[in-house]
Amino acid sequence: MQDAITTRNLTKTFGSFTAVDAITFHVKKGEIFGFLGANGAGKTTAMRMLCGLSFPTSGKATVAGFDVATETEKIKRSIGYMSQKFSLYEDLTVRENIRFYAGIYGKSRAFIREKTSRVLQQLRLENEADKLVGALPLGWKQKLAFSVAIFHEPEIVFLDEPTGGVDPVTRREFWNLIYEAAGDGITVFVTTHYMDEAEYCDRVSIMVDGKIGALDSPKGLKETFGVNSMDEVFLKLARGAKRSDG
Amino acid sequence: MKILWFLLEKEFRQIFRDPGILRVIFIMPVMQLILLPNAADYEIKNIHITVVDNDHSSYSRQLISKITASGYFKLEHYSTNYPGALEDVEKDRADLVLEIPPKFEKQLVKEDESTVFMSVNAINGVKANIGGAYLQSIVEDFNREVRLKWVQFPRFNPQPVIQVTSANWFNPLMSYKQFMVPGILVILVTMVGSFLATLNIVKEKELGTIEQINVTPIRKYHFILGKLIPFWVLGLLIFTIGLLIARVVYGIVPAGHLFVIYVFAAVYLLAILGLGLLISTFTATQQQAMLISFFLMMVFILLSGLYTSIDSMPAWAKMITRFNPVTYFIEVMRMVVLKGSGLRDISGQIFTVLLFAVFLNGWAVLSYRKRA
Repeated sequence: MQDAITTRNLTKTFGSFTAVDAITFHVKKGEIFGFLGANGAGKTTAMRMLCGLSFPTSGKATVAGFDVATETEKIKRSIGYMSQKFSLYEDLTVRENIRFYAGIYGKSRAFIREKTSRVLQQLRLENEADKLVGALPLGWKQKLAFSVAIFHEPEIVFLDEPTGGVDPVTRREFWNLIYEAAGDGITVFVTTHYMDEAEYCDRVSIMVDGKIGALDSPKGLKETFGVNSMDEVFLKLARGAKRSDG
Repeated sequence: MKILWFLLEKEFRQIFRDPGILRVIFIMPVMQLILLPNAADYEIKNIHITVVDNDHSSYSRQLISKITASGYFKLEHYSTNYPGALEDVEKDRADLVLEIPPKFEKQLVKEDESTVFMSVNAINGVKANIGGAYLQSIVEDFNREVRLKWVQFPRFNPQPVIQVTSANWFNPLMSYKQFMVPGILVILVTMVGSFLATLNIVKEKELGTIEQINVTPIRKYHFILGKLIPFWVLGLLIFTIGLLIARVVYGIVPAGHLFVIYVFAAVYLLAILGLGLLISTFTATQQQAMLISFFLMMVFILLSGLYTSIDSMPAWAKMITRFNPVTYFIEVMRMVVLKGSGLRDISGQIFTVLLFAVFLNGWAVLSYRKRA
């Protein structure tokens, strides 16, 4: 089976600072891949390179079979992206946001109409469909942002700390959405700081100082480090880190 | 094409949902066009003058009343001595001091000549200059009246006098507003056009929504057109409102065709929006964008020929005005509104501004990056 994402020695430097230091890994198709690391470890930079938002300094990477350095426009057609910053338009309604993002992916009006009602139903936002997004609670906004990111049915979706600041109940619901997407065959590449969420992933990589410190299934990682939870795995690895924003 | 429609739909929704922008569009032109032409006037009035009358004669009183009756001067204070009068200047109460010497009347009558002394507070250079010139001409006029009374003129004037009669073409009443209102309208359209477009894009940068757009397969020119077209329409809308105000409030009806004005305005707005887009690609926050726009706008306005004549600028400044799009619009507005010029007359300006538009938008498209 072909890999959804492959990287070989992917590197990004800013001046003398090496944000991402020659990382090599593969993400299988249909996998939920957890991309962990302390603040400043280089997760977001790596993800931005894979999404075609940032040029790699050196190394190779393919996303959905396309080269990150030269075929970004093709990559963009095959991926969805949910950034750390909330990025729906707060002065547009739920329906208008869906319509806009689906529209700029080139989806037909009929497709948008039909799928919008399905998504609204799934999110239980039918009554809020014509409310401004700015008026929704954060958890709802995040769920909506995720649904918008996969609305155009991409092969891979990148989620950058999608559940930051969201309550546990809503986080649970959010992960149900992720599972549903994975069930539809979408590869999920997700960063998070919540170790309980790491347990939900098929495989997890932990970045330390721009490098990949460990990569395995949550079960495998716990066995390797001889501990009982992902929390302890993370602490063992992250303690050794030189850079941290404290 | 379809993608562009989605972009435009979103942009127009946001614009008309923002009460701040609506206020800018409808209230700003009304306020500026009604207030500014009435207040910002070339004419210098209300010049404060302090008089030191050492003569206290009927002639000195006649001179003073002639000065105050002119309507340009406000008699601030009678001072008994010159140092007292200078104090008024120091305290900024007087712009001019006129000292009438003792025996002013006597000398004038007996010896047929006399002197008055004038000192000017030159802190406000323009006011001092013009005030001094006014006062001088009043004194000369007074002098002529006095001589007429006392001197028998010969049958033929010993000094030849050339009288100038003049006709003011294109603005027969030399109405200041006919000249000024079209110019202010240009500035208004320029400011609204460039600020709104710049801030709109930079705001998307600040919110992070631009990143979401950058991960979509959307094309650069789609994105730029999606931003350009709404503000182009908005600019023309404001321009139309301004022309209506000019007609209703000031009775300014363009001598030329409205069509000619709109052709130029359409091209001009493309250039100005291109500048706005360019600024937005080089700035990260609304503050930076605002400061840069303001700086450029100051230069554009002061070197546009709106308030000062370009012909009297030094050569280097004249060069700069040739690269200032505002200059061309003001020229065109005055040509079409006052003179009735047609498309052919302004083809040079249209062509130049079209070049600006191509250059600025081209640069903006090239420097807009979907990734860093």
